Amino acid sequence: METPENLRYSSDHEWAARTGTTVRIGITDYAQDALGDVVYVEAPAVGSTVSVGAAIGEVESTKSVSEIYAPVAGTVIAVNEALADHPELVNADPYGEGWLCEVAVEGEGGFDALLDAEAYRALTD
Amino acid sequence: MTMTHPAAGGKASSAPLMGRAAEPTIFELSQPGRSSFQFRTTGVPPRPAGDLIPSEFLADDVVELAEVSERDLVAHFTRLSHRQFSVDLGAYPLGSCTMKYNPKVCDTIASLPGLAGVHPGAPASLTQGWLEIMVSLEAALCEVTGMASATLQPAAGAAGELTGLLLMRAYHAARGEERRRIIIPDSAHGTNPASVTLGGYDVTTVPSDDRGCVDLAALKAVLDTDVAGIMLTNPNTLGLFEEDIAEIAAAVHDVGGLLYYDGANLNAILGVVRPGDMGFDIVHMNLHKTFATPHGGGGPGAGPVAVSSRLTEFLPGPRATKVGDRYDWVTPPSSIGRVHGWHGNALVLARALAYIEIHGGDGLRKVSERAVLNANWIRQRLSTVFDVAFDRPCMHEVVLSLTTLRKDHGIKAIDVAKRLMEEGFHAPTVYFPLIVDEALMIEPTETESLQTLEALAQAFELIAAEALSDPDSLHAAPRTSPVGRVDEALAARQLIQTFDARPQP
Repeated sequence: METPENLRYSSDHEWAARTGTTVRIGITDYAQDALGDVVYVEAPAVGSTVSVGAAIGEVESTKSVSEIYAPVAGTVIAVNEALADHPELVNADPYGEGWLCEVAVEGEGGFDALLDAEAYRALTD
Repeated sequence: MTMTHPAAGGKASSAPLMGRAAEPTIFELSQPGRSSFQFRTTGVPPRPAGDLIPSEFLADDVVELAEVSERDLVAHFTRLSHRQFSVDLGAYPLGSCTMKYNPKVCDTIASLPGLAGVHPGAPASLTQGWLEIMVSLEAALCEVTGMASATLQPAAGAAGELTGLLLMRAYHAARGEERRRIIIPDSAHGTNPASVTLGGYDVTTVPSDDRGCVDLAALKAVLDTDVAGIMLTNPNTLGLFEEDIAEIAAAVHDVGGLLYYDGANLNAILGVVRPGDMGFDIVHMNLHKTFATPHGGGGPGAGPVAVSSRLTEFLPGPRATKVGDRYDWVTPPSSIGRVHGWHGNALVLARALAYIEIHGGDGLRKVSERAVLNANWIRQRLSTVFDVAFDRPCMHEVVLSLTTLRKDHGIKAIDVAKRLMEEGFHAPTVYFPLIVDEALMIEPTETESLQTLEALAQAFELIAAEALSDPDSLHAAPRTSPVGRVDEALAARQLIQTFDARPQP
């Protein structure tokens, strides 16, 4: 199970990567493995505002439907359009091509309170 | 001591799954000009459809129906039926679904011409017997659940859930209150949040504690006067009894909310404890689970809803009611209206009453006692083979977790479930409840004998041994069935809803 050092994590199994005021969000390798084959991803609407812990989308696998919670607060500025036709990217490349959306944050937007890789590994071991 | 043959009870290894060729669709069997019927010659001249029906209502394309002879038609569906696993064929431990055997006598009673031949629109004066059946069933269901009155109209469990939520809304509205939230535990059946949403409410989820029950502190933290009620299953979907139910009921009632009992697991408590005595206000029953009416397969179903006296005035109507020494249809004063076109699926209701009358009160109690005993026998027996999610006495079903098997050997719950079918048993429920990782949920029901339980346990043991010795074969299971492992992910990602039966070049 991969848990890249350069990312931050929520206890709900989302990852977050910050570049300036933009935070890219996805679900972790642990989450995609637990869900199994992902068959549908519902992303938030561009322009919507999200708060920390709010449901921003859904990921449906052959086993279940799970909500995706925002790890940071801000405004959704981009979603990964590729997931509409290729939800399997979440399984194949959760930290890369399987990203979900990007949020513009004001200030740190809750990013600093997220877990680091070591703490997330401890949570999922 | 009586010796029984080890095969007594048995498994469905003799299911007539002859050959492994796929059965063609009915359209592939079609030959132009063949027919399974012929109309009588009436002398009425045929007329084009356009002469009889306004053109805007006519479809543009002619629907291509299969043209097959009666002989080929019967053979096709008989072959398909022989490829089904059914309750009549063998043990069906599909957790949460209570797939018990249905006694045939109930079908016999429902087939009596005096019941089956009556038009639902016939007036009460000509259908006193039918009304008596409905009044008697309502009384029996109220006695079992500890409630005051019931509607028999809802066509299935989910329809019962929606009816219950509409009753909740009507109750609060009559008090001038508009409450918006319904609380549901994270172990709930998926129908609960769906019904809440359909009923116009918002869902608030409460977590389970480390014993698998509602986290009481978390529940109290979300309770306020915006809460219309809580939906609970008891025993819950983990097969565990909610031991704090009295305290939960008091807390919800304290803020003016109502308690809704999801009757999916009622088969565990008949004659032992009643939802009404636990503090519930609304109870739906899945008659096919608890009272042995037809399971699934498109129904028809029946999901009666029983309520406490303060909700009786809101029940759907008309209800069969005893008026003096006669029976009549009466609509409650503040009724939410009809939830079914007629009086519910009446022949299903007749079966349920037959089942209840045949068993009697003591018999129904034995049903639940044996359902719980069988589940605990399986739990105890398999606890040395698999991890039990919450290893303490369960009610009518037990939830195993295959997390360890998956981590160490790459074997998932779905692999074990698929492989079990080759051993002559229906698969257990997998991946539910959602809060248990790699869940395998087994509900043997009271109708399986000790010998069948033994055979089922041995099948699981065999599969657990294979998981260590030959995991690849488990990934490929089932291999002996007419249809092997289906790629469910591909099917869901690239959904194709049509089938082209024309010969492909």
